[in-house]
Amino acid sequence: MITIRSTFKISFRALRVNKMRSALTILGIIIGVTAVIAMLAVGTGARRTIAEQISSMGSNLLIVLPGATTAGGVRMGSGTQPTLSLSDAEAIQKECFGVSDVAPIFNGIAQVVYGHQNWSTGVVGSTPNIFDVRDWPLDSGKSFTQQDVKSATKVCLLGQTVVENLFGSLDPRGQIIRINKIPFTIIGVLSRKGQSAMGQDQDDTIFVPVTTAQKKLFGTSFPGMVRVIMVKAKSSEDLPLAEKQINELLRQRHHIAKDRDNDFTVRNLTQIMETAEQSTKVMTLLLGAIASVSLLVGGIGIMNIMLVSVTERTREIGIRMAVGAKTWDIRLQFIIEALTLSLVGGIIGIIIGISGSKILSILAGWTTIITPFSVLLAFGFSGLIGIFFGFYPAYKASLLNPIDALRYE
Amino acid sequence: MSFVQVRELTKIYQLGDIDVRALDNVSVAVEKGEFVAIMGPSGSGKSTFMHILGCLDTPTSGQYFLEGEDIGNLGRDELAGIRNQKVGFVFQGFNLLPRTPALENVELPMLYHGISSKERKERAMMALRDVGLEDRWDHQPNQLSGGQQQRVALARALVNNAPLILADEPTGNLDTKTSAEIMEIFVRLNLESNMTLILVTHESDIAAYSRRTIKFLDGSIISDTR
Repeated sequence: MITIRSTFKISFRALRVNKMRSALTILGIIIGVTAVIAMLAVGTGARRTIAEQISSMGSNLLIVLPGATTAGGVRMGSGTQPTLSLSDAEAIQKECFGVSDVAPIFNGIAQVVYGHQNWSTGVVGSTPNIFDVRDWPLDSGKSFTQQDVKSATKVCLLGQTVVENLFGSLDPRGQIIRINKIPFTIIGVLSRKGQSAMGQDQDDTIFVPVTTAQKKLFGTSFPGMVRVIMVKAKSSEDLPLAEKQINELLRQRHHIAKDRDNDFTVRNLTQIMETAEQSTKVMTLLLGAIASVSLLVGGIGIMNIMLVSVTERTREIGIRMAVGAKTWDIRLQFIIEALTLSLVGGIIGIIIGISGSKILSILAGWTTIITPFSVLLAFGFSGLIGIFFGFYPAYKASLLNPIDALRYE
Repeated sequence: MSFVQVRELTKIYQLGDIDVRALDNVSVAVEKGEFVAIMGPSGSGKSTFMHILGCLDTPTSGQYFLEGEDIGNLGRDELAGIRNQKVGFVFQGFNLLPRTPALENVELPMLYHGISSKERKERAMMALRDVGLEDRWDHQPNQLSGGQQQRVALARALVNNAPLILADEPTGNLDTKTSAEIMEIFVRLNLESNMTLILVTHESDIAAYSRRTIKFLDGSIISDTR
């Protein structure tokens, strides 16, 4: 039996003799592997982006919106009727055991002034629970309390973007800003949250107690009315239960008869985002599958070249057999040749694929993520292709009758 | 039992619908150390006979014993082992690997016997010295003359110390002077190393180097003279 080292030497020599042919065959594999790596990088990047957006929104989130009004048979959009109130939020907190935190929200847009600086931003009135619901920790300072909510104190917490625009590098804590000309004391700063799923800057915001927003900032003709109630379920398994409980509770509280529609809507945002993630996953698989086709074509290229090579070198095979090469000596020689072609192509393809993905993310601004898995997959796949498509020509060569091979013209 | 013993060897080729009897009930014995020339016109079956002796081809029927071992029962890889260890073959067309230096061509049989690179080089160099080509070890076949190529092929046949050397018209492609040189190497090796030598030729002056001549015609032995 021949040693593997000698077999490698023989294979390399054979590949060197036909440089152009070997290079073109390798090119086929390079393109395939590059495509697989780049496609998976783009797909994984897109999935990661969506996953980050989901977690930035807060997990296990339900959103309760007020219902639609019907004015003279014309149905308006959801949220057009002021049907949700602070007491609804309190009831949900108290009675629905699938729920861990509830935060009612009353918000609006306001002009904010500090010294010579001014800035227009969204002001969110809520309860201290909002920060648990949205998984949003404080960067410094402290949150407002239930007591602040009860007495509608004029305190606020700033998002990072607001801090940057009004204070630059100064410490805003303890300072007074004017929101719609009403002075508020800054008691804390929120940590950076980044973009939302819709590309909104979530840090461009100010939080105040919900009652302060209702009574002092924006005012409302429906006392206690809130625009949205955000609810956090105890766990993702509890989401459907919480949704059901909220539906039942609010129908009861709003005295809705059995045959009438809800005057509110419960939305499961996490579910919507998960659907988006699922579709990105499918897209990734699809891209990978398309790229794999080109890898497969590259493999067929290898097989084609190996078959030509076997035919061309029939006499060489005959000579090797005549001096004692066994079946597997011949097979191994051609398999290793094919394997060398595919692995060299695989390695170059991985290098080009990785650098190509990086260039793509710089030029096109796409998030691309190269996972060790995709590299291993591409490398393993190209190796398998070498063995798979190399085996048939090798098998064919090894079954030649020595004397027929020697006589081959 | 003799060193080489064949009994009722028959080889039938099928060319379309016609069966061609290349060998027809050939029985012969060759003792160790003999130098046998096989003669006969083209198509007489002498090459087929040699290929079967060299385990390059298998007979349709009949038996072949080499050093008492029944070759007929061996599989592909076992036959490869016999070719590697017991038989050295020299062809009319040299059959060297192209674009491969002489030394590596001579190393080839040892490569398939798993011998270390160092020992391979030493033994291949020795075999090249035996045929007087040590200074051409790094030449590729296309850089060598016909006689030199045949000497490389001869070194390759000798390198594994096979007890049986088969030569199928080894001087067929060479001029008279070079033929004589090659034949002298054959004679010397046969005398020095006591290896059995069977040689196909259709030139009587080549056959004259041997001590026994077997003549083939239409697949049968018609004469066997010592």
